[in-house]
Amino acid sequence: MTQMKERLVQLEVLRYNPDTDTEAHFQRYEVTCYEEWVVLDALNKVKADIDPTLNFRWSCHMAVCGSCGMMINGEPKLSCHTFLRDYEGVIRVEPLAHFPIERDLVTAPDDFMEKLKRVKPYIIAKEKKPISEGEYKQTPAQLMKFRQYSMCINCMLCYAACPEYGLSPSFIGPAALTMAHRYNQDSRDGGRMERQEVVATHEGVWECTFVGACSEACPAHVDPASALQQMKITSSIDWIVEHLIPGGKK
Amino acid sequence: MRAAIALAETDPNLRIALISKVYPMRSHTCAAEGGAAGVIKPDDSFDLHFDDTVGGGDWLSDQDCVEYFVHEAPKELLQLEHWGCPWNREADGSVAVRPFGGMKKKRTWFAADKSGFHILHTLFQTSLQFPSITRYDEYYALDLLVDDGRCQGVTAMEMRSGQLRQFHAKAVIIAGGGAGRMFPFSTNGAIKTGDGMALAYRAGAPLKDMEFVQYHPTGLPNTGSLLTEACRGEGGILVNKNGRRFLQDYGMGPETPVGKPQLKTMELGPRDRVSQSIWHEIQKGNAVSTQWGDCVLLDMRHLGEKTINERLPLVRELCASYLQVDIVKDPVPIRPVVHYMMGGISTNTKAATPLPGLFAAGECACVSLNGANRLGSNSLIELLVFGRRAALSAIEHIQGLPAANTAALNARAEETQKRIGELFSRTDGTESMSGLRKEMMDTMEKNVGIYRTEEGLQEGVSKIHELRQRYRRVILTDKTSVFNTDLFQALELGSMLDCAEAVTVGALARKESRGSHQRLDYVERDDKKFLCHTMVHHQGLDVPRVDYLDVVITKSPPGVRDYSGDHK
Ligand SMILES: Cc1cc2nc3c(=O)[nH]c(=O)nc-3n(C[C@H](O)[C@H](O)[C@H](O)COP(=O)(O)OP(=O)(O)OC[C@H]3O[C@@H](n4cnc5c(N)ncnc54)[C@H](O)[C@@H]3O)c2cc1C
Ligand code: SF4
Ligand code: FES
Repeated sequence: MTQMKERLVQLEVLRYNPDTDTEAHFQRYEVTCYEEWVVLDALNKVKADIDPTLNFRWSCHMAVCGSCGMMINGEPKLSCHTFLRDYEGVIRVEPLAHFPIERDLVTAPDDFMEKLKRVKPYIIAKEKKPISEGEYKQTPAQLMKFRQYSMCINCMLCYAACPEYGLSPSFIGPAALTMAHRYNQDSRDGGRMERQEVVATHEGVWECTFVGACSEACPAHVDPASALQQMKITSSIDWIVEHLIPGGKK
Repeated sequence: MRAAIALAETDPNLRIALISKVYPMRSHTCAAEGGAAGVIKPDDSFDLHFDDTVGGGDWLSDQDCVEYFVHEAPKELLQLEHWGCPWNREADGSVAVRPFGGMKKKRTWFAADKSGFHILHTLFQTSLQFPSITRYDEYYALDLLVDDGRCQGVTAMEMRSGQLRQFHAKAVIIAGGGAGRMFPFSTNGAIKTGDGMALAYRAGAPLKDMEFVQYHPTGLPNTGSLLTEACRGEGGILVNKNGRRFLQDYGMGPETPVGKPQLKTMELGPRDRVSQSIWHEIQKGNAVSTQWGDCVLLDMRHLGEKTINERLPLVRELCASYLQVDIVKDPVPIRPVVHYMMGGISTNTKAATPLPGLFAAGECACVSLNGANRLGSNSLIELLVFGRRAALSAIEHIQGLPAANTAALNARAEETQKRIGELFSRTDGTESMSGLRKEMMDTMEKNVGIYRTEEGLQEGVSKIHELRQRYRRVILTDKTSVFNTDLFQALELGSMLDCAEAVTVGALARKESRGSHQRLDYVERDDKKFLCHTMVHHQGLDVPRVDYLDVVITKSPPGVRDYSGDHK
């Protein structure tokens, strides 16, 4: 364990209040922190001691609720999991890229929420059975096929990192497509064909150019790029099946 | 969300508003690691789950409620399985269960160490398929609308715009979560400020058993982040500075072999006992002193890297990031941390509060399942069982109700508007929000901690009372309308102060030691006087009124809580 050291941290934070500002601007804060702190701790200290009008979202402080995504020195990060010890000099904090700003570091996630809903992220049962008949059997190997993709905390860092989403906002994007894949891969699910209508389009996987920035940004190790890659492969198989073998489509 | 889905499934014609101050998948349930209890394996039985829960709760649980709960629990867990929850599996594809503190059998369903996260996301994603559920994300609920002696809606502020909204409804279900944030050192996320409890309490529904605050034995000493009980379930041990497994000195011995945890003894004793033992160990000078204060050590090294990575990946991650300790190589310092409120809005087994039309479920409610001490993994399942139950009760309630008196509801809503308006326009404010909040937290820690005394509690009651008076002069720095977290933090502080007062007053009145409520001046459990629930009633700015309600005992008379290994 390292010893707790104090350190004067300089933050440069993007401010914007639609009530009073015509445009966004940066504001500098100097705040004494401990070396072991995360950027969120520094922001909280600013809010408590220096400027109560600074706004940002957070809740869990353990990288699981997905609330606290922001750009830190230009990279999408969870502020509760970004350690001051990894930064020198002024730390620049901005709202997540590619989403409209509501206020200060708070962005509007409406577009993501809508896309998540569109991919039908729920079990569409292969065979329905009543609860009284017990669980659907699923072996550990079947579980492993989708478990990683179910770890998404909806933090939207991958959207902020994705150049495609930046260019064409209609792109369904990494996390929502990954969620479709997660359900497609679940042995209990039979809804893949329903999801394909959304997924296998140009707004879907075919829009992705495999930059891989999403997987790099993802704090939950979901690896959306690999999900999209797998989906492209299965989507092209569908395409062959549907067009070359009569009656191949279900 | 469980309630919303049950409503939508039961009657697709209902119009359901799901109001939450955060996007629903950000709710604090996502932080729960360990799992949810439900009897499913052949060596287990409903009676055993019943006994563990009632004994764990030090006989303060209502036994009719526990009975209903243990029967419903497996159905709810299976329902989640059908909705896609990625529960861990056995090799044959059936659901796997793990051991948990205070439980005699393995019955905790888990999804790695992200059980709550998966439950929450499964519910959220499942809810997306019901067109009758309209979500109001980031709406902050302000007051209940009560008229004609029944609850008929709620007022809320859209956080994005600052606009006030009224929701007129035939029934309201509160699932507002816990209130651990009134303490400085807590596993609870920023949103757990007791708003739901305060909402009901101010509207006339009593809060029950608020003095029972659970400390989790294993919190990281700096951030308060929780290391799940599964650390011990999987075989982690607790040692003092001399390397002694001290739990054996507090009636939880004899020592069990390292790495072979036995249910309901030593490290798998109940949370209240384990936390209290740590407190004593620290008093005895057996603590390891760290820069964050006195701690004991949680040692998981003997589990080996493979098991740790498979079963406890999040724990390894948390310790590495926030404390820079690798649990594969070193023991990690821990200390007890405020975790869970056993108390809450008083509800009966049907999840109904005494205020008609108002239902409550989850941590904000006290249905008297958990009694004086909740067993780990009974809470996630509680919110499913009683979330659904609340929905069914609400549907019963709304049949044949007379039409609402809209004018009266509007008048109520105007009162809310005035309250918020006054907060904005206040110019003679003298109290800073963060200052008051700090005083509240310090008071709760100092006077209402793991061990309590008459004197400390007296002081606590008068201090919190004083803070509530001073809160009327709290000043907002930010008076703008869009996503004004200065405002919401001020409102949350109001909720926490209400809850803090109920905790303190309840603790002062309960002159006995039971479960998580331990008094140095009344060290014994007193079933003659206190086999009853504390009911705290809001009295405006005055000190609240306390009365009592009998505990429901059906088949298990109060007995001795035995967590020694000899007793099987
Ligand atoms: C770190 C941690 C680990 C845990 N591990 C376990 C475990 O392994 N097993 C177990 O059984 N239990 C566990 N628990 C306990 C359990 O997780 C909680 O008791 C449970 O998740 C509470 O769920 P809830 O639905 O009542 O509240 P929450 O999930 O906290 O949800 C509360 C909801 O109310 C909304 N809300 C609150 N106030 C307002 C307002 N004013 N206006 C509008 N909306 C509002 C919030 O937005 C949120 O959506 C753990 C708890 C913690 C903190
Ligand atoms: S895929 Fe990863 S980065 Fe994208 S939203 Fe999910 S958790 Fe966040
Ligand atoms: S605060 Fe929850 S993810 Fe950062």
